[in-house]
Amino acid sequence: MVANPKVAALGRGLESEEEYRLIGTAFRRVDGRAKVTGQTQFADDLNFPRMAYVKLVRSTVPHARIRNIDLSAALAMDGVLGTLVGTELPDKFGILPVSEDEHALAVDTVRFVGDPVAAVAAVSEDIAHEAALAVKVEYELLPTISSFDEALKTPEPQMHDYADDGNIHKKVSLKFGDVEEGFEEADVILEDTCYFEGNTHLAMEQHSAVGVPEDEGRVTVYSSTQTPHYVHRALTKVLGLPASRIRVVACSNGGGFGGKSDPFNHEMVVAKLALKLGRPCKVTLTREEVFYCHRGRHPVLMHLRTGFTKDGSITSQHLRTALDGGAFGSYGVASTYYTGALQTTTYRIPNYWFEGARAFTNKPPCGPKRGHGTPQPRFAFEVHLDKAAHHLGIDPAELRLRNLQPPDSVTANWLRIGSIELGECIEAVVRGSVWKERYGKLPEGRGLGLACGAYLCGAGLPIYWNHMPQSGVQIKLDRSGCVAVFCGETEIGQGSDSVLAAIVAEVLGIELEDIRLCVGDTDLTPVDLGSYSSRVTMMVGHAAMQAAERARDTIARAVAAQLEVPETELVFADRRVFPAGDPDSGIDFSAAVVAAEARFGTLGTTGSYIPPRAPGRYRGAGVGPSPTYSYSAAVVEVEVDPQTGVYDCRHVWMAHDIGQAINPVLALGQIEGSIYMGLGEAMMEEQVFRRLPRRLSSALVHKMPSLLEYKSPGFHDMPRMTSYMIESRDERAPMGAKEVGQGPLLPIMPAVANAIFDAVGVRVDQVPATPELILKALEARARGRPARVGPTRFPKVDYGAPVEVPTPEQGGDGRAKHDPKHRGLRSASGTMKDREDALKERRSATLTTA
Amino acid sequence: MLRLPPLEFNAPTKLSEAVAACSNGGARLVAGGTDLWPNMKRRHQQAEAVVSLMSIDELRRIEQTARGLTIGSTVTLTGVLRNPAVRDRYPGFARAVAAISSPPLRNMGTLGGNLCVDTRCTYYNQTEEWRRSIDYCMKEQGTICWVATNSPRCWAHSASDAAPMLCALGARVKLVSAAGEREIPLADFYRDDGIEYLGMRPGEILTEVFVPNDADSEHCRSAFWKLRRRGSIDFSVLSVAVSLCMAGSNTGSRAAVCLGAVGSSPVAVNAAGELLVGKTIDEDLISAVAHQARKDATPMSNTDFVPAWRGKMAEHYTHAALCEAAGLPVRRQAPKHGLTVV
Repeated sequence: MVANPKVAALGRGLESEEEYRLIGTAFRRVDGRAKVTGQTQFADDLNFPRMAYVKLVRSTVPHARIRNIDLSAALAMDGVLGTLVGTELPDKFGILPVSEDEHALAVDTVRFVGDPVAAVAAVSEDIAHEAALAVKVEYELLPTISSFDEALKTPEPQMHDYADDGNIHKKVSLKFGDVEEGFEEADVILEDTCYFEGNTHLAMEQHSAVGVPEDEGRVTVYSSTQTPHYVHRALTKVLGLPASRIRVVACSNGGGFGGKSDPFNHEMVVAKLALKLGRPCKVTLTREEVFYCHRGRHPVLMHLRTGFTKDGSITSQHLRTALDGGAFGSYGVASTYYTGALQTTTYRIPNYWFEGARAFTNKPPCGPKRGHGTPQPRFAFEVHLDKAAHHLGIDPAELRLRNLQPPDSVTANWLRIGSIELGECIEAVVRGSVWKERYGKLPEGRGLGLACGAYLCGAGLPIYWNHMPQSGVQIKLDRSGCVAVFCGETEIGQGSDSVLAAIVAEVLGIELEDIRLCVGDTDLTPVDLGSYSSRVTMMVGHAAMQAAERARDTIARAVAAQLEVPETELVFADRRVFPAGDPDSGIDFSAAVVAAEARFGTLGTTGSYIPPRAPGRYRGAGVGPSPTYSYSAAVVEVEVDPQTGVYDCRHVWMAHDIGQAINPVLALGQIEGSIYMGLGEAMMEEQVFRRLPRRLSSALVHKMPSLLEYKSPGFHDMPRMTSYMIESRDERAPMGAKEVGQGPLLPIMPAVANAIFDAVGVRVDQVPATPELILKALEARARGRPARVGPTRFPKVDYGAPVEVPTPEQGGDGRAKHDPKHRGLRSASGTMKDREDALKERRSATLTTA
Repeated sequence: MLRLPPLEFNAPTKLSEAVAACSNGGARLVAGGTDLWPNMKRRHQQAEAVVSLMSIDELRRIEQTARGLTIGSTVTLTGVLRNPAVRDRYPGFARAVAAISSPPLRNMGTLGGNLCVDTRCTYYNQTEEWRRSIDYCMKEQGTICWVATNSPRCWAHSASDAAPMLCALGARVKLVSAAGEREIPLADFYRDDGIEYLGMRPGEILTEVFVPNDADSEHCRSAFWKLRRRGSIDFSVLSVAVSLCMAGSNTGSRAAVCLGAVGSSPVAVNAAGELLVGKTIDEDLISAVAHQARKDATPMSNTDFVPAWRGKMAEHYTHAALCEAAGLPVRRQAPKHGLTVV
């Protein structure tokens, strides 16, 4: 007799065809009740006795040497407790080891309006605010750079003491396969220049941090951060203290989207001030300051050249990108690579040349925002494909279906692709939107657009080079029956706590309320690298499964001995442990833990995860690999007023290849949230700057750093949404679950642009696609000019000699040609190492190179 | 968060006390506070003393009189919207008020406050620190209007949605001070200057708004079209208010078009009266008025969207609003107004 067909017997484990008990159900998120009742403590909710309030004094000039900082008026104010300036924290930090270029407070140079110069601490927020306004800073102005073009033309003075070339921070040129020959094989070659404006994350919670001095000269920093581990490392460097004396606790984040992934100056400042003043010190940024923290979407100019055969197959692609990086490195080197790395993941591109460059400019630093570097080239590519479909007379959906990258394959740039359900995604939105009957046939002013996207399920490599796990989970069980789960992961609203708890509960057959989580605490929890790159479900999930399975096995041994049944017969379900054939003879889970504790002593298990090594061995191959990729397709319906350009989105259909939804309601929230954010980027959001007339002023300022004037859609501005989750478990992912936090954002922006074309016949080759731009294109067409609006030129950039890498198809070994370790071309079936790996994993299909 | 500077706050319960408090100068008036408080937090409006009108009961009434509808200046925008007389008799006005900001802000914001709302500009509605970084502007502490650097005047734009509609309806306002009280047409209440945008005398308090009977829905048809980025919340970058009285089937007997957000005050399109009154209103006439509206509008680079496009939109929206009021087909995508009124 089988007690419950949904229950997996231990001997078989949780195989991909198993039905799960909890996974895949719409359970209430574990932090939901606390959040809606106000019990959750965000960083700004924390209060400590004797706490001081900190305010940063920020630069009011875009680029200058600091001549003098006069703190006297601030220090003379009643209630001011102390101040801090850059020379007190001279060591630089930065998220990437290759670009540690930030000071907690500017030491001698300020690089943008908003760059912090000093900090004041006071007994109240009011006094801190007044004191900050009273600090006088004298500057000696330096020339300013406001765009990629200006950076190119202004190599001197350099904004930083490092860069690939003048004020060009990073240059990349990667060439895979025979690009020229690919173009020769093409029947049609299309070229496009597109622009993606910068935008910011706009998380509802503003950044906040509290530094608390502890005994023995230690310090704790509570912060709204997505990456407590990286903050911990940066604090170690900047404070000059051993890591063991610093504790970082990530509070629940009121949204992150990548905007809380860097270690920040304000975190360094409150830690230092806490130690200096011997008081807890809190800083909470204003909305304006959040715009200055930024690390948002890079503005990217792109040039795309692609060869197609008559039947629509891609023969070759050359992509050039120019990123406006802002004043600091941040994640910029990775962002630069990401503007090219994932281009190959959706459609087969046999030959591919990517050139990218990032400039330093006197603006807040850009960094990772949902989709990190990928939405910009994805926009260009999907608009480009729409044009190709039009040009070749092939339906845009059909063109994409013909070019799909096969599953279990290796791309031209050496990314190992896992499962792909992109075809299913396309078919779902095509069916849902009644595409075949309606595309190209709607009345003037109404139109449909289709686009796709792909994203990482966790970046394959950590931010800093190491061989340690990227995620760790510890489980503590005892006679109470309570299962305590410790993990460094960070809840940023995406539901990572719920994923962690649900996986442990699933494996141990217990309920969510039996689990206590302790997360995001560098003193108490094992390292997890953070909530970025859609890595949590994949990596925390694997680690949690391993730890939970080890706990389950330990308990099973004890219970098997007690019940005198084989371990492999035991089932963990419904808070009980019982033999599959005789459920009534089993025992409660807590009794099972007692049995295990009695037999083995105090119980605890760990689990960890390191992603599989990717096959690319060339310089730059570290950006792009992931254990597997998620896929999305969207159709957007718009209504455009052809006389004014005013338009509205009426309906969005979105299909996402999720592998397995851990919780379909949370997953749906991520999909709909992505549509929301995507429409904001497509239609209105822009982080733009204003230079005043140079004869009158040297100002270079954020145009409108406010939540009212930085336009982003509200709930009432949303269209109808229909979402499809394509569930086909991926064996590389825990429980088969792929990411859903970022992927569904990607298709929205190009789908909107493509829909505008279907509605009124003009191309908007840039985002945001504002009504003014649409009207401009309509007017251009009326005057007999090309029916498009968008950039017309791409700057001349010297990207340097390309790193040439033979593709798997060419029999390459993953290394660059001039790499001394390059062993020349091998057989067409991949490298020896890849073969060995594939054989070891008994997955002969891992390499598809024919 | 942004902090208010220290200030002295009074909330008298009688109008006479408020008048007395204002008469010696220095005190600023506040009603709902949705404009003044954020402005003071950003430090581009200052006051050592603030007098609230919100505890004065006599300013919170809506009354039907023989002349028309009298609305107290501190009736909240939600209060205006909930009033059946407003909704039945002045639907264009209701629509304009419904398009102001968002429900929570309409719950606090008042009609008087909206009529007196400070002119706006992207160089002005910024924090103290931001304005330091551009060395301020003519409207506050600085000397240059960054919107038009050679301009001797400030070009901040009128930001009220109620104002153009009530001007088009021929509304009047009552102003009370220690020197007595006076009543003037609302249109005369405004000045075409971004700094001195109100024609208020020192110590005057706006107490009442009169909306005349002859502009109600029995006599006139009204329309209000607001252009903004988002339907959910945003100041106007252009608004078009129309009031059209018809004698007989299609002949205009009185016509008023007033534009918002494309000047430092509401901009009356005089061509509406000149071209439409006494004529059979058709699309050609409407097009002529709309064309003139574009010329009367002076959209500047001081808010969302580019000025040239807003100018074009002034013509399109005037056309659409007039067609709507005249009962002609409106071939324009309707603006995304706040549709639920309450």
